[in-house]
Amino acid sequence: MKHKTFLWFVLPSATAMLLFIFLPLVSIIIQSVYVSHDQVIITVENCGPFGCRESTMIDQEATEALREGNPLGRFAGATTYLDRGHLAVTEVSEAWSASQNWRDFGSQMLNLPFYKALAFTLTYTFVVTPLVIIFGFMIAVAVNSALKNLRGPLIFISLLPMIINPLVGSLILFWMVDARGIVGAALQEFAGNPNLSIKASTPLMWIMLMVYGVWHSAPFAFIVYYAGLQTVNTETVEAAMIDGASRTQRIRYVVLPHLLPLTTFIALMQLMDNFRVFEPIVSFAASAHATSLSWAIFNDLGGETRQLSSAAATSVLTVAWIIVLLTPVLIRTWRDFGRK
Amino acid sequence: MSSVAHRKPVSLTIFLTIVLAGWVVLAAFPFIWTLWGSFKVEGDFFSKVDWAAALTGEMTTVETGGRFTGNGYEGAWIQEGFWRAAINSTLVCLFVVTISLTLGTLGGYALSRSPHQYAFWFLIIALVFRALPQITLVSGYLPVFFQFNMWGHLPTAIVVLIAINQPFTLWMLHSFFKNIPKDLDESAMVDGCNRFQAFRHVIIPVMWPGVITTGLFSFLLAYNDFAVTTMLLSQENQTMIPKIASFLGTTQTKGNVMFAVAAVVSVTAPIFVMIMVFQRQIVSGLTAGAVKG
Repeated sequence: MKHKTFLWFVLPSATAMLLFIFLPLVSIIIQSVYVSHDQVIITVENCGPFGCRESTMIDQEATEALREGNPLGRFAGATTYLDRGHLAVTEVSEAWSASQNWRDFGSQMLNLPFYKALAFTLTYTFVVTPLVIIFGFMIAVAVNSALKNLRGPLIFISLLPMIINPLVGSLILFWMVDARGIVGAALQEFAGNPNLSIKASTPLMWIMLMVYGVWHSAPFAFIVYYAGLQTVNTETVEAAMIDGASRTQRIRYVVLPHLLPLTTFIALMQLMDNFRVFEPIVSFAASAHATSLSWAIFNDLGGETRQLSSAAATSVLTVAWIIVLLTPVLIRTWRDFGRK
Repeated sequence: MSSVAHRKPVSLTIFLTIVLAGWVVLAAFPFIWTLWGSFKVEGDFFSKVDWAAALTGEMTTVETGGRFTGNGYEGAWIQEGFWRAAINSTLVCLFVVTISLTLGTLGGYALSRSPHQYAFWFLIIALVFRALPQITLVSGYLPVFFQFNMWGHLPTAIVVLIAINQPFTLWMLHSFFKNIPKDLDESAMVDGCNRFQAFRHVIIPVMWPGVITTGLFSFLLAYNDFAVTTMLLSQENQTMIPKIASFLGTTQTKGNVMFAVAAVVSVTAPIFVMIMVFQRQIVSGLTAGAVKG
């Protein structure tokens, strides 16, 4: 295909991505090194019947003029990155010198909003991803061994948790584990503690969020593995059998190698999706116990005071993490491409 | 092909049956329970006394006279204006799907036919873009949209969703087009078509299965989006998902959490129908990237 024709064909979608994905990335980098202007404060003397009093007030006009003149705000360099809400350099070094052991240091770090969010996001990503792969595989094997005409309905049921919106899906689960809901009541009964509430406990909330994550994503791994199992070469399996391979050996040496590239694919997709976890935190109202990087950005952007530079700094740090996570994949693709 | 190779030991069969039964309950029960509960009053669905109240519907009978009530739906759709959100969602989905498919088919076709290195790098960059959480981009949009007075309108959200949709759409259509033999359009070009005519007359008629599958996923992305729509749309232009999120803030204090339950069921119903009709296409779409490499 000629260069020029190629250009014309990809131009519309390239423009869309340039304008609404690439430029916003540039924009968050710029925003993160600016902060909004302070309000201009003037001191005025109010003289009344009981004498004169000095008071400070905000000079609305001057503030407005300053904001108009320089809408980006005041250049602040890396200060937003280093403040308490983000990398918290001073707080971390204080905690490091003050704390006696790792445990102490860890708990102090978890009081800092950015590290709290990062800790949950990473835990969530690296707990949910392997569990999704394991459960997805088990379900796929189970469905694959079910009766032929049961498989359609089974796939139908399995698709539901994955395909509905995460906000809606987590709400459905959340209402059930509510202290007044069916699962919540059952848990209280089971634990013998009538005051047990998932909403009130940090470890339970973390577990619940991850249970939701596995429930939501296991169907994806299941579908991919199921499709993979359909294409296992039966002749190879039978040949292995004739050569005396036991059932375990057949699975170990024929089926699993066939499914390995699929596992890489699922792991990659799941890493990307789990790292952006945020809707369940909104619907579980879990922010007191668990926050994620995406939730931190969402929280900065929402509400009356939109803290744009704080959100932008967190966004830049999130993107940096994504690139770190993707680097192994990119390097591998680079090598594969070089070999071609 | 039910050969000896597929025969299983009894213990394994039992184990797999348990896994399967457990999964079916886990996957289906929450939906059935919520659907059932949406026709009750709050006192039953969130019963302080006994969870079984949701089954018997004692409070529902006391409060409304019948064992089932449509109060949640009435409150959500009429009183809280969920119908408006439903219309907005329909508009957003319609435009996002048609436009992103149009852009995606052109781009995906070119990417699948170009032998040059830059096509490969284009796809890699798209993969990186795909990995970015949408909310990081949203913080980049806000100041610009405020400045140009674009914030809060449906078209803004539509354009943004189309762009965010592109990396995924391109990847998926690219892999579908790769499966259409090159000879097809190349022979048309030998017969005197230019590239675009070959695309128009030869490729478009055979590309529909791939386009429908990709369209389903574009639809899901637009329909399910929360990060973009909640941040970029004003109150009256909200789509369904942010509307549900706003119910959580307001209605829980009013004791009308049942509005949210009814709204959740209303949002899930179209998805339910969609899976029924397009199950085969969804499954093939999920595996398109994986099985073919």
